[in-house]
Amino acid sequence: MAQAKPKKNGAVEKKLIGMADVVIAAAQRAKDPTFAIPIRALSNVSFNPRKGLIEMGEKKQARSFFNVGMAKKFMQTMLVADALSELQRADLTTSLREIYYRTKHTIQDSHENTFDTQDESDPIIEDLEVSLVALREELHVRAENSGSIVGPVVFGDDGDRVDCAKLGKGGYSVPSIVEPEYLEIRRCTADFLLLVEKGTQWNRLSEDKFWRRYNCVLLTGNGQPPRGVRRLARRLHEEHRLPVYVLVDNDPWGYYIYSVVKQGSINLAFESQRMAIPKAKFIGLSSADPERYELPRNVGIKLNDKDVTRAKELLNYRWFQKPAWQEEIKRMLANGLKFELDALANKDFQYLTKKYLPRKLKEKDWLD
Amino acid sequence: MATKTSPPSIRSSKTVSQSVTIDSEQAAPRKKPSLTEKGTSAVTAIEMGTRQREISVSEFFTKNRHLLGFDNPRKALLTCVKEAVDNSLDACEEAGILPDVTVKLETVVNGPTPVTPSQATRFRVTVTDNGPGIVRAQVPRIFAKLLYGSKFHRMRMSRGQQGIGISAAGMYGQLTTGKPVKVISRTGPRATAHYFEVQIDTKKNEPLVHENKQIEWAQPQGTEVAIEVEGRYQKGRASVDEWLEQTSIANPHVRLVYQTPEGETKEYPRTYHELPPSPKEIKPHPYGIEFGVLLKMLQDTKSHTVASFLASDFCRVSPALAEEMCKSAKLSPDAKPRAVKHQAAETLYKTIQTTKIMAPPTNCISPIGEKAILSGLYKQIKGEFYTAVSRPPAVYRGNPFIIEAGLAFGKGPEESVKPQPAAMPLAEGEDHGHDTELARVIRYANRVPLLFQQSACSTFKAVLNTTWRNYGMTQSRGALPAGPMVIFVHMASVWVPFTSESKEAIADYDEIQKEITLALREAGRRLGIFLRRKERAASEFRRRNIFDLYIEEVVEACNRLKGGKLPTEQLKEQLHKIASSRTGGLKTDEALGKTGAGPEGLPHSIIVTTEGIEGETEVAQQTATVPVVSSKPAQFERLSETKAPVKSVRAPKVRPGSGRAKRPAAAKAKVGQQDLFVGDASSGKKAALPKRKRPATSLTRKRK
Repeated sequence: MAQAKPKKNGAVEKKLIGMADVVIAAAQRAKDPTFAIPIRALSNVSFNPRKGLIEMGEKKQARSFFNVGMAKKFMQTMLVADALSELQRADLTTSLREIYYRTKHTIQDSHENTFDTQDESDPIIEDLEVSLVALREELHVRAENSGSIVGPVVFGDDGDRVDCAKLGKGGYSVPSIVEPEYLEIRRCTADFLLLVEKGTQWNRLSEDKFWRRYNCVLLTGNGQPPRGVRRLARRLHEEHRLPVYVLVDNDPWGYYIYSVVKQGSINLAFESQRMAIPKAKFIGLSSADPERYELPRNVGIKLNDKDVTRAKELLNYRWFQKPAWQEEIKRMLANGLKFELDALANKDFQYLTKKYLPRKLKEKDWLD
Repeated sequence: MATKTSPPSIRSSKTVSQSVTIDSEQAAPRKKPSLTEKGTSAVTAIEMGTRQREISVSEFFTKNRHLLGFDNPRKALLTCVKEAVDNSLDACEEAGILPDVTVKLETVVNGPTPVTPSQATRFRVTVTDNGPGIVRAQVPRIFAKLLYGSKFHRMRMSRGQQGIGISAAGMYGQLTTGKPVKVISRTGPRATAHYFEVQIDTKKNEPLVHENKQIEWAQPQGTEVAIEVEGRYQKGRASVDEWLEQTSIANPHVRLVYQTPEGETKEYPRTYHELPPSPKEIKPHPYGIEFGVLLKMLQDTKSHTVASFLASDFCRVSPALAEEMCKSAKLSPDAKPRAVKHQAAETLYKTIQTTKIMAPPTNCISPIGEKAILSGLYKQIKGEFYTAVSRPPAVYRGNPFIIEAGLAFGKGPEESVKPQPAAMPLAEGEDHGHDTELARVIRYANRVPLLFQQSACSTFKAVLNTTWRNYGMTQSRGALPAGPMVIFVHMASVWVPFTSESKEAIADYDEIQKEITLALREAGRRLGIFLRRKERAASEFRRRNIFDLYIEEVVEACNRLKGGKLPTEQLKEQLHKIASSRTGGLKTDEALGKTGAGPEGLPHSIIVTTEGIEGETEVAQQTATVPVVSSKPAQFERLSETKAPVKSVRAPKVRPGSGRAKRPAAAKAKVGQQDLFVGDASSGKKAALPKRKRPATSLTRKRK
């Protein structure tokens, strides 16, 4: 696979250079240079129930240079393409923020900046990913390492052997690019994978050596799991047949994290193929749990307006149409409360490790 | 403050009651300590009576000088200049002479070493005009007697009102420096000039003449006043400089020369060569008087019957109406006015108030006029857009008044086009430091700038209450609109209701507030039209601009993508071609207002662009053709900047007075003046000055 790399990169670079050709060709024919960029929005995704994936539709938007509203974005797109091709030539990887800095400068004879904030450059990188059908990793852009893994799994990283069972309670920090050519899974003896939303709960489980007792891999993405974490979970699921359970807060955002892991995100629907784990299960925190586990009402938090709006949106998503899920979300809305995983500490510091998860696993109490 | 220049033909000028009788307020503090003192018996009424005596007005104002605007040295200096200039302007205008006023401020060395103007504490204020002069006999009383003047008893629009101002300034000088007021006056080229040194006897409120001689004076006609006062000279807000600048805006028919204490000479040239129409004197309107005033008028009248009193001493009361009023007041129309007292008088007063009487005539006020306001604003303030609105006359409490408003908006075409000097690329989180500068309000009452107590003023409140957002400006709640704008508001009236004696703010009558608001709305509406039009043009311009900017970037990016082997110039050219075809060259020009069609829907406005001037161009050109200064407004600093002199200009001494001076009477001069301007107005204003001169000389020749 390592040998395939330069050739593949060549292909991405060609795609990037192709953008310059679009401009040149249009200029010669006195036409407005235009790119067609697939729309990354709910309106252009469809849920494929058979595959259990969110798929991107065919809708595209034109980005033309000679349109006042788009001219700047067009120019920015060209600059980002240029920066990305520079990365390809030099065979370097970089972060989103570095791309932003690399492409930021003042336009000649003015005091207008090419980019004012990173918020302007990030979506353009995503635009390029979709329109060039190139993964972010292929574009040599990495995200931050913001995931940890611990458990009976052994990786090969740059020739080093990483045994995640011997890394204490800190675990291994998941790199942002976990494609086989960068990270090799040498061995995995776990029975399942537990993806935890929050670092604090992951720490609790790791400290209590939960993974040893239940022979599982503990993975966290500290909130919305980054691509590296999702891709690694997918690889462990696919290559080593590990069932995946997702443990999140009981709030609309927790549900959405689960759905992203399971079906993929709306924004990057085109990557669902590689990232989504359609068989992932939602283990908790369910809106039924506070009652079942006798959590007092006073450790809940009142749903605010934003929560309610978001929950209602979720109710309408095609992938939340299963009766169990409708019931789950409606129950939360009816209670008017959300619960954090941390609230379990109200019963006992180790309640999560010793009571909650064992019971859940034993009762097979999860949602699909 | 009031002034009391009397024109050569002295009217029966009455002296106002000079003294204020003591009242219990003054007596009380004296009484109290003696009561509390132990062992002292209570003071008897007789003893108290021995202490009760008259206070002269002069003494009163010596103690209460803040009432007249002499609260602190800085303000005192300004007040002295103001009083003297107001007097000069009133006199010139009444005599039909285009005013030509020189203000000179000098520091007076009051110790061993000379001091800089900013540190000096003593100044000599010298104001010279080309007015009608003052007859010899009146000089001492005009300059050294409080409440003496020609304006108080007339219902006529003028700057001064009471006859306090100049003598109060003199008294302040006398009080702080001990120096007398020096006056030179000459009533015509054939008359001799007289030099006076006068002081005021504060006890008696009578002038003391120290020096009185005939002298040689270079000027053929006019008056010069020199007062030495303690003061402070500071630039900036509410300074002499600001006051003179604002005076020049509202009085573009005045040529003002200002010699600063630093020794620079600033000239505010005359840009409007027409005298404001002379205001007529009117009688009081029955609605505007109070009961006490009515009683006094009943006593003082020369009429022999009540009916003729009503008909002749008030305006808008016809003999028939007078009879009718008498009837409904159950008074005999033939009753003696002096016999109408007490209950009868009160009934009469009430009847008058309830009778329907026509609004007072409005020819007694002379507004500045839209053209003159435009010309003044254009001359002094750099901007892109000017407009002026004169409201029709309105009435408050029986006093007619006119509100005028003006706007000067923008930074001037030069400044708005040239890129800001510090074209620093912006860091994240920084923004283009948008102007948070608030608009400025310049307020006038009878052409006199008001510099103090802005927030108490009706005009200021009206500005705040106007929703400037409707006209494309930003405005926070309860604040002035933000942006480079000067708002001009003028109230002309026979009696401007000030909130205090020091004439700093206009009182908040509903009628006045309403008129100001209406005027501001009209001005704002025009500004809105201008801003929208500008915005439209700018967006087209930006469209074209954007592409020009980005083409460079896109071509460079393509070139790098292609490994630097791109014929970049060719690509750029191709893209530029597409850009201009897509933005429609001709259409854009139209939107940018380059077609020279002029501003439609914008009456009495001037728009200044880098290409030129639109709108009331003749006003602007009139300003521009004044020969003394190559007077592009650009050369005048913005009002808000107070540093650095405008430009010291040595004006060729064309004294308008010199040509006209041979005319014997002011009245005749007025006629001549009017003829002159009729000719001037009809013959177009482009070459205003030469034309002005020609008739002037021919006139004098005829007389010879």
